[in-house]
This record gives sequence, C-alpha cells and structure tokens, in this order.
Amino acid sequence: MKPTDQMNLHKILENLESYVPRRNGWTWRVPEKDIKIGNYEYSDLSTPLKNSIGLPASKSFHNIDPQPIQVITTEIASGRFEDDIRRMRMAAWHGADHIMVIRTAGQSHFDGLIEGTPQGVGGVPISRKQIRAQRKALDMIEDEVGRPINYHSYVSGVAGPEIAVMFAEEGVNGAHQDPQYNVLYRNINMIRSFVDAAESKLIMKHVGILQIDGAHNANATAMEASKVMPELLVQHAINSMFSVKVGMDKNLIALSTVPPIASPAPDLKVNLPYAVALRDFFEGFKMRAQMNTKYMESSTREATVTHVMNMFISKLTSADIQSTITPDEGRNVPWHMYNVEACDTAKQTLVGLDGLLDIVEVKKDGYMKDKVREIKERAVLFFEELLETGGYFEAVEKGFFIDSGNYPERNGDGMKRLIHGGIGNDSIFERDLDYFAPVPAHYGYNNVAQYGLKDTDNPSIVMNGSTFEDHSKIQYIDELDENDNVNVRMAESEKYRMTSLIKPEVEWLSDGVIVLDMTLPISVKYAEAAALEIGKRFNLQDAVVIHKEILHPAEATRIQLKGKVNFDIDLSKLTLREEPVLLTDEEIRSYVENHPFKIVAGTIGEDEHSVGLREIIDIKHGGIEKYGIECEYLGTSVPISKLVDAAIELNAKAILLSTIISHDDIHYKNMKKTHEYAIEKGVRDSLIIIAGGTQVSPELAKKQGMDEGFSRGTKGHHVASFLISKLKELDNAN
Amino acid sequence: MATKFTRQDDYETRRNHLKNLSDEELKNYFWKLADQTVSPLLSLAKNNTSPSIERSVLMRMGFSSMEAKAIVDKVIANRLIGKGCGHVVYRYSTLKGISIRDAGLKLSNDIGFDEVKKSFEVSL
Repeated sequence: MKPTDQMNLHKILENLESYVPRRNGWTWRVPEKDIKIGNYEYSDLSTPLKNSIGLPASKSFHNIDPQPIQVITTEIASGRFEDDIRRMRMAAWHGADHIMVIRTAGQSHFDGLIEGTPQGVGGVPISRKQIRAQRKALDMIEDEVGRPINYHSYVSGVAGPEIAVMFAEEGVNGAHQDPQYNVLYRNINMIRSFVDAAESKLIMKHVGILQIDGAHNANATAMEASKVMPELLVQHAINSMFSVKVGMDKNLIALSTVPPIASPAPDLKVNLPYAVALRDFFEGFKMRAQMNTKYMESSTREATVTHVMNMFISKLTSADIQSTITPDEGRNVPWHMYNVEACDTAKQTLVGLDGLLDIVEVKKDGYMKDKVREIKERAVLFFEELLETGGYFEAVEKGFFIDSGNYPERNGDGMKRLIHGGIGNDSIFERDLDYFAPVPAHYGYNNVAQYGLKDTDNPSIVMNGSTFEDHSKIQYIDELDENDNVNVRMAESEKYRMTSLIKPEVEWLSDGVIVLDMTLPISVKYAEAAALEIGKRFNLQDAVVIHKEILHPAEATRIQLKGKVNFDIDLSKLTLREEPVLLTDEEIRSYVENHPFKIVAGTIGEDEHSVGLREIIDIKHGGIEKYGIECEYLGTSVPISKLVDAAIELNAKAILLSTIISHDDIHYKNMKKTHEYAIEKGVRDSLIIIAGGTQVSPELAKKQGMDEGFSRGTKGHHVASFLISKLKELDNAN
Repeated sequence: MATKFTRQDDYETRRNHLKNLSDEELKNYFWKLADQTVSPLLSLAKNNTSPSIERSVLMRMGFSSMEAKAIVDKVIANRLIGKGCGHVVYRYSTLKGISIRDAGLKLSNDIGFDEVKKSFEVSL
C-alpha cells in the first residue's frame, strides 16, 4: 500500500475466510526517554512514526511529529465498517494506535453472535467478518505508519463469552468487560452477568486482551457527575478485584476514568483530588483516561477545551491510555475530520505538556490532602454498607448505585435492578459433579480427572486442540442477509470508488454532506430560519442546523448548517494549478555565481509585519541570501514608490514585496499600484515583481500584474527557483 | 410503592472509625472490602454455567456461532446442560467413534440424545 493510493476495499474483503491475525494481545508504545527531536529534548515520548501527519505548526519546527508516550484511542463506528476502515487510516496517520469500535444499538441484547455485515445504528454490528476485514486493514495501516495498532470492541451483553472467544480467535487486542455495565445500563440479569464475566475475562486473559472497565458510564448517567465519585471507586474495585481473582494480570486491567466535572465548574479543584485518590488506591493497575462527555453540547470548541483540561489531569497524575472523544459527539455520530481533530488535540496537548512533572508538583497537603482522603473514606463507607446490606446483588436491588447523593448522602434516585429480573433472568445452570468442557480458558469447575487429565493440562488435548490452538478449526460465516450486507452497500456507491467522480463526505463514501458556517446579523430565533432558507437557496438537501451560538442577543448569531449536495465532481474535468518547478540548490548557486544580481524587498502599505519576508531572505532561515543573491531589505510600511525607485537606483533585477494585511483587499490593490507605478517608470518589463503573504493567492496576485504570488508555507528555495527560472526566461528572450 | 430511601450526608459521624487509619491502612481495608464483595460472585461463577458460556465452549470446539446455538438449545431441552454441552458432544463422539463436528451436528438435529443420556446414566 502506497501513501499516495487509496485503500482498495474490494481487496480487503477478498479471502477473508482464510485470514489469520498476525498476533494476539495488547501492545504499548515503546518509550523513548529523553529523546531529541528537531532542536528539542523531550522527557516522555514514544518512538516516532514512519509515516504520519504532524500538527499544522510542525512546519515551523522542521516538520517534526513527536509522539506522546500514551496510547491514543479514537472511537470509529459510523454504522458502515467499510467506510470506517478509511477513517482508521486517517486517524492512524494522526497518531491513534487504539481503535475502538462501538457496537450497534441493541447488540448487548442479541443472544448470540451477529454474523455477516449488516448496517448499524449508532455503531457497528460486531461480527467475525467485520472484525476480520478491519483487523486485516489495520495490519496494512500499522505497517504503513510503523507502529502496532490495537483494535478494540466490547465483551458485554448476553453473549459475552461467545464474543470473547471470537475476539480471542480473531486477534482483537482490547475490550471493554465489566459485568456492572450489563446490570446497570443494559438491564441484563446480574447473576448471569457475573457468571458470564468470569468466563469472558479468563478467555481475554488467555490471549492477552487488555480489559477496560465500564465505570465511566456512571459519570455520564448520574444527575450530578461529581457526586458519584465515591461510588466510582467502588465500581472500579469490584471489576478489578473480580478480574484479578479470575486470573487476569493487573497490567492488562485498565480503569476507565473520566474527570467527572467540567468548566464553568472549577474543573481542577473537583477533578484533580478524585484523580489522585483513584490512582492511590489502584496502584499497579493501568489508567485509561477518558474525556468528559457529560456536558458536551454542539460547540466543538467548548468540547475541545474541556478535553484539553482533562489531559492536563492525565499529565498531572498518570494515564497509560489517553482516550479521545470527538468534539462533534454532542451533535452527531462522529465525522471523519473530528476523529482526526481529537487525535491532534491529544497529541498537541500531551506533547505540549511533556515533562510536566519535572517542572511542577501536585500538592500533598492542605486542600488536596483533605479532599483525596475524603473521597477515599466515602468509598470505604459505601463498601461497608454494601456488605451490611447483604452484598453486591442486594445493594443493586436496593438502588445503591448511580444515586445522585454524595455517599453517604442518599437521594433515593439510584438505579434499581432486580436480582431475579432483567434480560437473561433464570438462565444459569448449576454444574453437575461430572461437568466437563474440553477447552482451554474455561473458568470454574471442570471435572477433567474423569478423562484422565490433570488440572494443569489443556483439556482440549482430548480432541486434538481447540480453535485457540488450531485456527483452521474456526467455522467462518460470510453473509446471512442478501439485502443488508457490505457488497450491496458498496455496489451502491461504486461509481465513487477509485473513479474520477467524487462527492464531499463526512462519514460514508459520497454521503454528500457539507457544512456551511455563517454569522447572521440577527437574534437566534430568526437566524435558524434564515439559515435554513440559505440552505434551500444553495440547493442543499436535508439541511439541518447543527450548531447555534449567540454572539449577542440582538446583534448576531453564528450558525452551522449541514446539508447534502446532489452533484458529483469529475476530477478529470478539473483544471489543476501547476506545481512550481523547483531548481536544485546547485543550479541556483551556479546561476547566481555566473550572473550576480540584486533584489529589493519590503513590506508595503501601512503594514508592520516583517517575519515572513525575513524568513524568505535571511540566510539563517534558509532564505535566498544563501544562494548569493544580494538583498536590499527596506523594512516595513514601505511606500510603493520608494520600493520601485530603490529597485531602479540599485539596478535590481527583482522586487519582493510582502503584504499581510488583507482588509478590504488592500493587499491586492497595492500589488496593482506597484505594477502600474513600475509601468509608469518604464521598468516593468525588465523588473520581476513578486508578492508574498499569508492571504495571497498566486492566481489573484498574477491578475493584479505580479509575476508570481507566494502564500503560506513558502520557503526561500521556492522564491529563488522562481527568480532564476524567470531570469533565464528573460535572458533567452533578449 | 416502596418509599424512597434518602439520607442527609452523615459522613462526619460515619467516618469516626476510619479517622485514625493511616492512608495505607485505609487502602488495605478498601481492598479487603472489595475482596469480600466479589468472593461470593466468583463462587457463583465457579459452580454455574450459562447458555452463552456453553456456546463459547462449542465455538472453541470448532462449531460456528449458529451451530453452537442449535446444539445448546437441544442440550438444554434434554436437560443435560449440567454435564456441559461440550461434554455431551465429546461423549457422543467417543460413543460413536465419529468426529467432534459430526457428533455436534447430529445432536443439533436431535439425533443421539438417548445414547448420551444412557451413557451419563440419566433417565430418558
């Protein structure tokens, strides 16, 4: 697979029946203590990638792309796993190495495995075929970026053990597993959930799947997220202790922890003591720091700031896995670009906070000491009463959990579940004395002695191995539904697959969705209606307002409107801007040596910006001086006449004019004036005039009479190449 | 309708017995309580099984999810789940000298339960 080629989904879907995962188990990033990247020494990074896309500002830092030490999670599950594969590649290039696939609505209650590739709602139907296709694609993607990618989904619901077996067989690397999630949020019978959980966990342990618990859901569910902090410690402990006693290793048990509150509440004052209390009690376990979703609305900016605050806590305490929430999750099932944004936000923040604990320290006395202790004691008291009540089941039945009171305060609004109720009630069977299961990773009583086996034997030797030892024993099912499957969906969008036709998209190939971002000079009430009318006039289909922000109750409202376009763009009919021809340093130098020349440069108009132009000129920034071009820099706010007159006086071959301020198109007007003044002076034909600036479009600059325009990202090399090529052209003309 | 259980925050009085514990003691006590909470849940898991566990056993024995479901349903209907569904399949395969897969697929079609029951000495 080449970085310049799109992934061929048809190829990925071929021969899935014989796909075998290349490895099992979880992979952490490789730490690079005290690594130097570019000009900087970092304290806690991991090995850089082979292929990646750096932060936008990396251009100013020799294109470095430092990778944090934390595994970075992104959740990708649009309902069509085939389109998610493409997004996984985008996310991996932006630093994700833990890809989590949310399940389709209702899969928890599906009594068995889903087979085939039906379309999902709010997630993806997790099936063997879907997993093979995504794992196979991730094999290619991880080779491309040069770092193993962990693939993750959920071992929960009424079919947990079967899903765990399938995950173990198919090389899934991480999974959520927490029986309390079944009980509290899916109303699955509690006895069934715990009995199944022991089996699931042992299977996960067998192949080294990392476990993430489900405690973070209490944050999102509770009326007041900060009040459930004592209970969260209890929930984490129940799942962690249960897992350890089943046999899981602590270093593969990750606590899913979310800073419960967000600004405008005093974020750190509430969240930091909680984070410290949790890490004190759960030393030795792994921390999966999740971002707060509770208060997310449609503002992607607000969500991003909350998430940056969350990562500040990760760095002040610890996080082994930094999960990301896409900033658009408050308004829709995540879109491509927001997965990428979330990964970039994590990378930017974690790298920016590199070495934080070498610089600052979290206080261990005063407010912090008291608060941390209080949270811990409240959690202990919760446990005491839970046991006095008769144990976990009785406590759940009495509504102990998700009560909005700060324990021991109780508001009587907890989530009650019946011990003998819920989905899967009465589905537990006692094992007989001669109970036997001829398979490995089977929890609990197994009378292997009756077949002459020892407890330490793998019971599957009685049948020459199980699917865990012999992958060829797995029975693969391709599709069950001839109308609802990946082939049907791909056929519908085939004309956009690797052809010259495209449509914009946010989640599915050619979904046609675009967003219009507008500010309307009116109150929110009218703005929404006006925006919809604008959408209509743009011929947008299914237009919906996805975000509104009051800039002022009367003066203005910002609206983001999404809608679908109903046309295709044919790439073969587009006119592409010609890429500038770059000369080699050697070619440039040798020309200048044989034909020495001068240029004059300055920022024109009432404009005090100087940095950009200095970078194009100065030898220390790799500017054109390094080729031996003599530069006369006239400074900033240079009058047009002065610039041209100086060029005449110094017999310069070229003028480099810089113009940053673009208000009222002043930059283009000044270009035109320069051009006209040079004509008036009779020097335009013999003088090269080029304009540069952040808001300069080369095409528009040329329209104003410039020989060339240069925009963002221009280096001295580009300008020198142009100058020499143009001079050669003029030499030939004469 | 049951009345709601509510309580004012009595943390200050309730915590009296914890006040003088060191941080380390408090932590150890927390984990002791966690252990006490999960121990009965683990014994339950040790001595019981579920349709999903049994299907997962059959999958490991080389059956598809759908085949496993059919077999487990038949084993439950024949009241043999206490023996283990994988066990039933294994037993039938040894009784007949046929492969594990053949045995399981026959059982899923209701063939062979009489022989299996006889061999387990359970009433027909």
